[in-house]
Amino acid sequence: MTATTLPQTARRRRPPQVGGYVTMIFATLVLGAPLLWMALASLKAPDELYQVPLQWLPAQPNLDNYAQAAGAIPLGRLLVNSIGLTVVGAGLKVALGLCCAYALVFLDFPFRKVVFGLVIATLMIPPQITIIPNYTLVASLGWLNTYQGILVPGLASAFGTFLFRQHFLTLPRSVLEAAELDGAGHWRKLWRFVVPMSTPTLAAVALVSVVTEWNDYLWPFLVVDDPSRMTLPVGLTLLQNTDGMTNWGVLLAATVVVTLPVLLVFLVLQRRLVAGLTAGAVTG
Amino acid sequence: MTTIATTRAPEDPGAPPAGSAAPERTEPQRLRRSRLAAGRRRTALLWALLLAGPNIALLLVFVYRPLVESLYLSTLQWNLGSPTARFVGLGNYVEWFTAPTTGRIVLTTLVFTVATVGGAMVLGLGLALLLNRKLRGRGIARTVAFAPYVLGGFAVGILWLFMFDPRYGLIQELLGWVGIASPQWYTGRPWPLVMVIVVYLWKNLGYVALIYLAGLQAVPQDLKDAAALDGASAARTLRSVVLPLLTPTTFFLLVTMLLSSLQSFDTIKAMTQGGPLGSTTTLMYSIYVESFVNGRAGYASAVATILFLVLLAVTAVQLRFVQQKVHYA
Repeated sequence: MTATTLPQTARRRRPPQVGGYVTMIFATLVLGAPLLWMALASLKAPDELYQVPLQWLPAQPNLDNYAQAAGAIPLGRLLVNSIGLTVVGAGLKVALGLCCAYALVFLDFPFRKVVFGLVIATLMIPPQITIIPNYTLVASLGWLNTYQGILVPGLASAFGTFLFRQHFLTLPRSVLEAAELDGAGHWRKLWRFVVPMSTPTLAAVALVSVVTEWNDYLWPFLVVDDPSRMTLPVGLTLLQNTDGMTNWGVLLAATVVVTLPVLLVFLVLQRRLVAGLTAGAVTG
Repeated sequence: MTTIATTRAPEDPGAPPAGSAAPERTEPQRLRRSRLAAGRRRTALLWALLLAGPNIALLLVFVYRPLVESLYLSTLQWNLGSPTARFVGLGNYVEWFTAPTTGRIVLTTLVFTVATVGGAMVLGLGLALLLNRKLRGRGIARTVAFAPYVLGGFAVGILWLFMFDPRYGLIQELLGWVGIASPQWYTGRPWPLVMVIVVYLWKNLGYVALIYLAGLQAVPQDLKDAAALDGASAARTLRSVVLPLLTPTTFFLLVTMLLSSLQSFDTIKAMTQGGPLGSTTTLMYSIYVESFVNGRAGYASAVATILFLVLLAVTAVQLRFVQQKVHYA
């Protein structure tokens, strides 16, 4: 918005934004309400939750629901599982994508284009079609109810490889050629030169991977039914099913435990995460 | 399934100079050079195997193998975990096309997809136009709007189930303010489907808005100013200048949202389990039910193949358009 000198724009500077503000505040309230409502509900006592008309704020905010949730399912264990699988899974995924993209851009080898095509085409294969055969394979390996069973089938990086490749193609060749003249091998070139020049892409891919791994539901849900191996989202299913009648306070407390970490990551690292998520859409 | 953003990579600048025809060299020099080159090629190949190998191997084992195997499974009458299977050719496909539930599943999928994609696009564009105005605090609004997109579908389903609770939910309270009795969101058709659609809109609205916002910010200001000088109203400028320039964005979003909508599972699983009476069972959800609830893995593979073909068609249309028609501002 640089052209501020035009008469039209100047004349339009009435106080017209009132409508805009009202709409924006309304939209923000509507979109934000569910999260707020969940957080409030998780702090309420049971009789406050089941009251008509509604009680808006908990009279005495307390963590009883969280304690109860932790009693019904091994919440701490699930949290550790989720964190571990997310960190390891996202880390490996980023490493696989990074190395693969390096090879595709900086190494000259036969059938390079074919290999790239192979990677890119997987973006068009929906995970759903792979689920039944992968489930059979994982079962026959004895990997049901194991961490590797949850982790390994989803490790391959297509989207990350693609983003890394796009970025690598923009890197100045001269730097790498100079490094080569100084006797740097590929390993050194990758970690000492390419990676430091790629931090924004690295951050974006890593954050997207963290969020997808954390939220992943269908696959871990199919592979695991032993509570000690479950991730948080799968644990929610367990909690939802154990109570015959829904105990909202407890269920929502667990939902807060699932959603809060990813919300915090989003709030703190918003710019990078959004850049990754909107660079092409990872869906699930 | 993923859609690739519309940026196109420049052709590899890393291709080796063809032939490296260096004239007039003595025989030993040439020999040494070619041996050196061969050695370099070998190291490059070795490194390529080392660096790209693991990822490619994983892709082959966990994406391409199952893709092929799934096509094969779709020709079998086979129950999950059963040691025996019977070859039925296209029998599973014939069964799908003639099954009494197929019509309902297709219709549900269609309603869900059109409502979620269309709704998210329209509301998202509206939100983007709003946030494109110079309003103080719009950063906060953008953050709040985008937040649901990063949350897991299952957790989102649970929290909205509480919002919709016909007796103690927030929505029945708000409806009560305007004198409307809460519908039976959980049980009375078509409300369960409406409920799932609303949740899906909430989750994806911010994403659509953000992509549109980026598109809007790329619309040149002087075009809008020129339209204003010509006496065009704001609505007219939007319709005749801004929206046409947004076509590539719209198209990208349309495809992305279509693909993700056709594959939604988590939220439906959390909220309705496809019910009641199958009224929220989409094509994707029916694959899960057939394979992992009914155990009919062969039949489910056939349904998965059908879904795959639908998704492939959407992608093919996208690739065609991206190459031919779409105009980038």
